[in-house]
Amino acid sequence: MQHAVRLDNVDISFGATGKSVFRAVAGANLSVAKGEFVAIVGPTGSGKSTLLNAAAGLLKPSAGTVEIQGQPLDGLNGRAGYLFQADALMPWKTSRDNVAIALEISGTPRREALERAENWLEKVGLKGFGHRYPHMLSGGQRKRVAMAQVLIRDPEILLMDEPFGPLDAQTRLIMGDLLLDLWQQDRKAVMFVTHDLEEAIALADRVVIMSTGPDAKLIGDFTIPLARPRDVSEIKLSPEFQELHRDIWHLLKEQVLKAYGNQNREERA
Amino acid sequence: MSRTVLATLQVLVAVIAVALWWVITQTSILGDPARIQFFFSTPADVFWQIVAWFRSGEIWRHLWITLIEAALAFVIGAVAAMIAGFWLARRPKLAAVFDPYVKAANALPRVVLAPIFTLWFGLGIWSKVALGFTLVFFIVFFNVYQGVKEVNRTVLQNARMLGMSERQLLRHVYLPSALSWVFSSLHVSIGFAVVGAVVGEYLGSSAGLGYLIAQAEGMFDIAGVFAGMFVLSAFVLLIDWGVTMVERKLLVWQPDNNH
Repeated sequence: MQHAVRLDNVDISFGATGKSVFRAVAGANLSVAKGEFVAIVGPTGSGKSTLLNAAAGLLKPSAGTVEIQGQPLDGLNGRAGYLFQADALMPWKTSRDNVAIALEISGTPRREALERAENWLEKVGLKGFGHRYPHMLSGGQRKRVAMAQVLIRDPEILLMDEPFGPLDAQTRLIMGDLLLDLWQQDRKAVMFVTHDLEEAIALADRVVIMSTGPDAKLIGDFTIPLARPRDVSEIKLSPEFQELHRDIWHLLKEQVLKAYGNQNREERA
Repeated sequence: MSRTVLATLQVLVAVIAVALWWVITQTSILGDPARIQFFFSTPADVFWQIVAWFRSGEIWRHLWITLIEAALAFVIGAVAAMIAGFWLARRPKLAAVFDPYVKAANALPRVVLAPIFTLWFGLGIWSKVALGFTLVFFIVFFNVYQGVKEVNRTVLQNARMLGMSERQLLRHVYLPSALSWVFSSLHVSIGFAVVGAVVGEYLGSSAGLGYLIAQAEGMFDIAGVFAGMFVLSAFVLLIDWGVTMVERKLLVWQPDNNH
């Protein structure tokens, strides 16, 4: 089986060599198959986003290899689309221009790009919002535009860094459903970082757990056999879901408590 | 406070100020009116001086000269500052080398440069443009520098992940971000362009509002000085209003310009 993303024994450190080096991630191994939806869950500060940034090519691992579809990653990962946690739209462009620019960059003529941007805005439920600037949209609507912006390029891999983190609980459910709906159509490989275990189980084929940092590594790997298509809000009520949640939470809880302890110690220091 | 009440109160302030001015210069509350008139003129004299300027059409030439000087100082200063700001912001090492000199140049009170500029560029408009330039340049320069340095990191990373080349980043990310900073300082920098022009004219010229004021002062024509000041402030207010209009058009995407 060919892997879309393969992280092999990856270490990621911050700080100049020689000075005090903070090793966020140590010896992480993770592979994501083509068409597989993998969620990475861990306590705050566990290096989940760091790992994702390594797969994106935004960070260079200090040791180990990152392979994208069998080839070692050099520079930015051009096959991946990245959905950020914070607002990443260009505030000086309308939502339609924000989506269209993703195509124009690679040479699509402006008229065609705008037309396809309109289509994508419709797909994410924002028909008629094309002329609005990001500040005129709600947080959830901005996320939809960001999704359209990433997906219009048709990337082979989707990297998502707590994309729904800043949204309220109801909007998160709706966005989860929208994401699954779009994903179902062409099943890209997905790396989805979250600290919300329920969200992870509801969305993913596989949930991996990261230990608390520094020297974070992957300590658990759970297959989620729940049937698709799924309804994100309904699925949480099923007994299978709750059993999975119980099993995984048992492992995660330990890490969360450990992270919490670390934090307290830092505060006292 | 409703709009009409506000406007009424605002007008009332002007009416009271002019009335006070009139009372002081017409009655002997504060002493001999003739002496006070020498220092403060009278509202009527100032008013008729302004009317005379506009009636003879003489004022238009001076306004035009000042406007041209200010506009040239602003455009040349802003363009030069944008190029320099961009260039230095993208080259941190070069910026570090030049940093003390930029700060030193900016610390210099620009008025002392006026005699040198008159020597270099003569009594015509270019010595005034040069003075305005030195004022506008630094304001725009620091704003562009800041704008490029403080581009939102997520927006930048996102643009990179979408596949933008360095040139595309410049056009779609760095430039708009820097421009938003330049626009936010537009009122200040255009105001300074006018200051540069008028101060330059005041110190040595043959036309412009500053020249008009200096001439009147030289002849102890206080009504002329006051009239020049009133025309000047109306002129600046008008330009400021124009800037506000332009701003509203160009900065629709900014949350706080959403009137």
